[in-house]
Formats: sequence, C-alpha cells, structure tokens
Amino acid sequence: MKISYYPGCTLKTKAKNLDRAAIASLEALGVEVEEIDRWNCCGAVYSLTADDLIHMVGPVRNLIRAKEQGADKLVTLCSMCYNTLARANQLMREDTVKRDTINRFMDDEIDYAGEVEVVHYLSFLEQEIGWEKLKEAVKAPLSDLKVGTYYGCTLQRPADVGIEPFGSYLLMTGMLEALGATVVPFAAADKCCGSYQVLGAEPVENSAAAAVINIAGGAGIEALATSCPLCEYNLGKQQKQLLAKEKIGAPVPTYYFTQLLALALGLEAEVCHFELNDAASLELLKSKNCLAAA
Amino acid sequence: MTLKMNAGTQSLESIQKLNELSGENVKLCMQCATCSGMCPMTAEMDYGPRRVMHMAQFGLKKQLAEINTYWKCASCHACTVKCPRGIDIAKVMEALRQQSLRTGQNKVEPSQMSAETIADLPQIAMVAGFRKLTS
Ligand code: SF4
Ligand code: SF4
Repeated sequence: MKISYYPGCTLKTKAKNLDRAAIASLEALGVEVEEIDRWNCCGAVYSLTADDLIHMVGPVRNLIRAKEQGADKLVTLCSMCYNTLARANQLMREDTVKRDTINRFMDDEIDYAGEVEVVHYLSFLEQEIGWEKLKEAVKAPLSDLKVGTYYGCTLQRPADVGIEPFGSYLLMTGMLEALGATVVPFAAADKCCGSYQVLGAEPVENSAAAAVINIAGGAGIEALATSCPLCEYNLGKQQKQLLAKEKIGAPVPTYYFTQLLALALGLEAEVCHFELNDAASLELLKSKNCLAAA
Repeated sequence: MTLKMNAGTQSLESIQKLNELSGENVKLCMQCATCSGMCPMTAEMDYGPRRVMHMAQFGLKKQLAEINTYWKCASCHACTVKCPRGIDIAKVMEALRQQSLRTGQNKVEPSQMSAETIADLPQIAMVAGFRKLTS
C-alpha cells in the first residue's frame, strides 16, 4: 500500500521526532509513504473571519498538489496541519461561492472542489491496519507504561473535522492498548495547552499547560502521548520551567504517539530522535525497559 | 467594573460589524456562561468569554477595545463545541482581534523576539502566533 503524506514545516526540523518515527513505523507495517511534491506551509491556523480568503490559498494549494499527484487521500500527522487542511477542504466542498473565488484567484492551478480526503495518521492506522494487526506486529510491548492520550484541541474541534467526537479518545487509546500500554483516563485530555499564546508570554505564565500536567500527574499518568508539536513544546519543553517555578507538582514526560509506536514495533531508538524530547522522556522509557529491543 | 449601558456607550453599528466579520449572531447568546466554564484561559483574562459576549450584544465598542480576553484566547474551540445556542465564540474572538489588528497594530512584535526564542519555538507556534497577534 502507498499513501500520500503531508509532513508540514515543523515536522521537518524541530519535530523530526514526530515525523521520522511515523514514517519508519508505517514502513515497518508495510505502507509506502510518499511525501507530496512542492508542499508549502498550511498556515498553522484556520482563518475564522468571514471575509478572509487569502489565508485559504496556502492549505488549498497543498490539497491541489495532492489531487494533481493522483491522491484521493492525504495523510497528515501534526494536529494543527490536520485541522487547517481539513477545514480548508471542508470550505472548498461546501461553500460554492468562496470555492469559486479561490479557484479563480489561483488561476495558475487546476480547479479544486474538495476531491481529496484529509486523513489523520491515527485514523489511517485504524482504518487501514487495524488494532488487531498492529498488536500482532508489536515486538516490544510497552507493558508497565501508564499513558495519557493527550488530544488537545485541534484533533477534535470543531466537530465537523474532528477525528472522533469531542470527549472520545478511542483512536489513540486503541493504538496504545495494541502497543501493550495501559491507558489512564484523565480530565484534561482535550484541554488546551495554551497553544500560540506561548508567543510573548513567559513559560511560567502558561496556566493552561500547568493545569494539563497537574491533572495528568494526579490521575497517575506517567507519560503523555501527543500528536502536536505545539502541545509537545508547551507541555514538554517548557515543563522544566513550570517545575522550577512550582507551577506543577511533579514531572510527566511527554512523547509523540509515533515514538511510542516505533519503539513497540521494535524499531531502532534512533528513528525516534529522543534528543529532541526532554531528557526525562528517555529516562522513563529506560526505567520501564521500553528500550529493550533497540 | 460596572458596565454603563446607554445610548452614548452603545454602538449599534459595531454589533452589526462584529456579526458580519465573525459570521455569527452575538444576540443569540443567552448568557449561560458555558463558554466561560469551558475556557482554559480565563485565569489570564480580565473578562471571561460570557461577559465579552454580553458586551458585544450591547455594542459596548469602547470597553471591548480595552479588554484582553481575545488577546488571551487560544482559539481552542472548547467554548464553540459546547455553546447551547450554537454560537461559534472562537469566531467572535477572532473578529474582535482582527478589528484591532486591521488598524495596523501588532500585539506581539516579531522584531523584539530574541534569536534564542526564535531558535527554540516550533514553526507552528510562530506562524500561528503571528497570524493571531500581528497585523
Ligand atoms: S455558551 Fe453560548 S449562550 Fe452561553 S454564554 Fe457563552 S456564548 Fe452565550
Ligand atoms: S476559543 Fe478562546 S474563548 Fe473559547 S474557550 Fe478557547 S481560549 Fe476560551
């Protein structure tokens, strides 16, 4: 099986750990990943004003690239890219007037009307591989690891592009359980990490991130799994500072769900690029013997 | 702060403009405060989203220009998915931001950011932040 893949800017550099582990895992599962040609930044956020069409050009251009290259599905991974691409796609499907304006504005491109389906990596795994088959492929089960499924905002909201209904965490739960981990529910799985508000704010001001970590820690979660480089930044990379300022009670290491996937599939730890995570993340996995296969 | 509402403080035109820019109808709000209960950023806001909706309904343009709510909003859509009146509050917040940004003022100054911060932040943080907080 071959899939078209949109990585997005952050996954090529600062979130290489999210991307490389994802691609290596799919390859191990027999899926060939083809990055679409000439992709550009999706714009990171979907424009919410009624009159702003210019910011649709970025995401729509990526969808056009996928259509041109014959894809009917475009798999993506970063939660923010997924949300922006899926919402722009929905606009192109449903709003005929705006669609026409955007198509006419991009007169150097083929017309687009939402022919490509934007699919998140987790949905793809469930639909095309399935949890049973994934379980069979696991070589180093993450037994003993208590994980929280941190969805954040953009995987589920708004409802019409959510990978599953608001308040339900079945996809990541299904995947993690197939990997042998114990999924511990907690009340902050869909709470915002503070998102782009990190810009211009001191990390210690991020009360939203502190709340998520405290709730997760309080529920007995040892590791948080996420799909978003901004969540990982606010909850993971900023965690030391939150701890130093006593905004959080205890650390809770953070991971991309794809890193946990790659490890359980028995892939080399190098593909997970743990050097980009906080040091505590690697330490926890070592202490739980999750790196045994590597 | 007591909100004064009279012909002098109200701008009916601003209600219409906000509705047009957001694509929402702020008058539908019934002040139940579900949005404020859902909002993860209220600790940093001087007014929660419910009170902002109230100000918007009454066209309190001047007060709306002075508060920080929409600058602290993270566009998380937690309010939107739970509003019993079906209002996309995140869109109202975006319209309030844009009304200010479109006068050419930045809320964060990219040129003031240190090289270390830029090297540290993920690209999506900067792209998203600049989209939301700069003109
Ligand atoms: S949840 Fe909706 S109806 Fe209730 S206060 Fe907020 S905007 Fe108004
Ligand atoms: S979208 Fe903004 S106002 Fe609404 S809950 Fe999130 S941060 Fe609060």
